[in-house]
Amino acid sequence: MPTIKFTYALKRYFPQLKDMAANGNTLPEILFEIESTYPGLSSYVLDEQGSLRKHVNIFIDGTMIKDRTALSDPFASNSEIYIMQALSGG
Amino acid sequence: MKSTLLLGTRKGFVAYRQLNGKWEMENLSFEGVPVSIAYADPLKGTWWACLDHGHWGVKLHRSNDRGRNWEEMTAPAYPEGEEVKDGIPATTRYIWSIAQGGASGLWVGTDPGGLFISKDEGSSFQLIGSLWNHPSRKEGWMGGGRDQPGIHSIVIDPRDEDHIHIAISCAGVFETIDAGGSWEVRNSGLRADFLPDPTSNIGHDPHILVAAPTNPDVLWQQNHCGIFRSTDAAKSWQDVSQAQGPARFGFAIAVADDNPDQAWVAPANSDVTRTAIHGSLCICRTDDGGKTWKELRKGLPQQHCFDIVYRHALACSGNTVAFGSTTGNLFFSPDRGESWQVINNYLPMIYSVQFAD
Repeated sequence: MPTIKFTYALKRYFPQLKDMAANGNTLPEILFEIESTYPGLSSYVLDEQGSLRKHVNIFIDGTMIKDRTALSDPFASNSEIYIMQALSGG
Repeated sequence: MKSTLLLGTRKGFVAYRQLNGKWEMENLSFEGVPVSIAYADPLKGTWWACLDHGHWGVKLHRSNDRGRNWEEMTAPAYPEGEEVKDGIPATTRYIWSIAQGGASGLWVGTDPGGLFISKDEGSSFQLIGSLWNHPSRKEGWMGGGRDQPGIHSIVIDPRDEDHIHIAISCAGVFETIDAGGSWEVRNSGLRADFLPDPTSNIGHDPHILVAAPTNPDVLWQQNHCGIFRSTDAAKSWQDVSQAQGPARFGFAIAVADDNPDQAWVAPANSDVTRTAIHGSLCICRTDDGGKTWKELRKGLPQQHCFDIVYRHALACSGNTVAFGSTTGNLFFSPDRGESWQVINNYLPMIYSVQFAD
């Protein structure tokens, strides 16, 4: 069961946010689970066409995902999946 | 005069209120977050904050208690599979206009060119297919100010809320008389000097479009290529720019709420530099429908100044005129621009200014 971790920056908008275990076998499935736990959160991570937002990154076991459009990167049952923000802007 | 000023800034939503002749900051919300438009619904009094999170996308919030509490709404979103151009998925990149249309609904204009309507006060939005599928869009609309086409102006006719003009950079002015069921292009008389054919039917760059409250058939626009006025509901446009400036290039325009012939513009150096002309700030006003323009400088910085005024950041209410600048200066005039006073010199870049009750 992979573990999902979130950037602290999202806690401003979702104060109850904390690490969670997920059952999904794909990243879109996991984001669906996250959305049911924290309604609205997936729209902060994905755009309405399902692609990862430009300044958001997902790391699987320390490696940035390659497929930002269909989110098809694989992971293992004990993977750590980290949703974080890019450092940009000013 | 309305006594509240709402500001959309690069670092948050700001409200000022005038009490005993002094402007005081009443509210700061969404500190640090870019607010493309801060909007007070003139019918219901609801405040709207259109957010442009750098990381988390475009969001829409509303408040029914003057900004003390906010509720996040579902932002307008493009249906699955919609494309800006072939192969480029359409996603909401920016909310560039919002307008309460009463019986016709709440309207929102976006980059990349989609117009949305809400019939339930912002709980849900639907893309206006008749405009999105307009035959001119994919081939004739283009970016202007932003990378993709954007709808920055929504002008509701107070006599008939199904009658609406919108303006798009770059495409031009469109008119509907059936609440968005169908659209007519209204660019006759405009000039697009940046196109191979400056009189092309499509591809114009109105920076902002406004209507005179006392005669909504009188429309004004600050265009990329000059200042234009229409007296026939945009069926034809006349160039009312000063040939030798300064009232020529700029982004913002405001028309008096009691006189369709009186309007203000905020001149800037042309699109090459986008700075204050000769380092000095001025607002120009016409009292005769654009035949002549008066330079209004008293109280404004006249040297070493870089400020320009973005398209939504100049507003008037009665005798009071206010504007916010790209370098975070907020000015107001109690006498229709004859003299100016500072409200704040230390704000973030200001995107929008609106008077509210």
